Amino acid sequence: MSEETKEFKFPSRIDSVEKAASEAENFALQSGFSEDARSAIDMAMREAVANAVKHGNKEDETKKVEIAFKNSSEGFEITVRDFGEGFNVEEIPDPTNPENLLKENGRGILFMRTFMDRVEWFNHAGGGMIVKMLKRQ
Amino acid sequence: MAELNISERQAGDITILDMSGKVTLGEGSVALRTAIRRLLGEGKKKLLLNLGGVGYIDSSGIGELVSSFTAVNKEEGTLKLLNLTQKIQDLLAITKLLTVFDVFDSESDALNSYK
Repeated sequence: MSEETKEFKFPSRIDSVEKAASEAENFALQSGFSEDARSAIDMAMREAVANAVKHGNKEDETKKVEIAFKNSSEGFEITVRDFGEGFNVEEIPDPTNPENLLKENGRGILFMRTFMDRVEWFNHAGGGMIVKMLKRQ
Repeated sequence: MAELNISERQAGDITILDMSGKVTLGEGSVALRTAIRRLLGEGKKKLLLNLGGVGYIDSSGIGELVSSFTAVNKEEGTLKLLNLTQKIQDLLAITKLLTVFDVFDSESDALNSYK
């Protein structure tokens, strides 16, 4: 399969979540992913962009959410970058611990890890956080 | 069309909310929150959420279900779930929330459970 890439910049608004998920769905469809895989990609994509908009950029519309899709021999690679202060993913409490079950927030990272084959977080040298996710064919 | 449609009916003192659409970050989650807070304000504390028409939910929507559950419990009420799609059931299993919510496939079983 030939390698394809696509890049987007979205404003830090809640409606960008839907738009980004729709672009991911189209890219995955064109790349021949199954319906189940597309549904998983959609879930993870929404969570990644929602985190970038809400927690990273704190809905500051002057900050963009940068998204890249790449269809490589490994699968569908998604990169989402925000321009916030960053965080340490190891410090995010496990939402499935009994003491956290009734918390309203904190399940997005669990969903991303559940629905994708690989998820990694990095601090970008130029500021902000990058999450890289992979879904294998 | 609204992201989430909620229609309300009574079965005795139990209020059933028939929900259809999406419970996601933004409008859908806000609609659920508003409905629950309004019902609690009206003194309706036995609530049954019929999620049969909800085809999509994200972590924000799951969080809103949890928030609704705790808000109702705080008022010494009861909130239960009816007709989960496989997808929502899977998400509640992943998040271990099936251990928290009372979940029913049959409306009559759900209604009887409040007695």
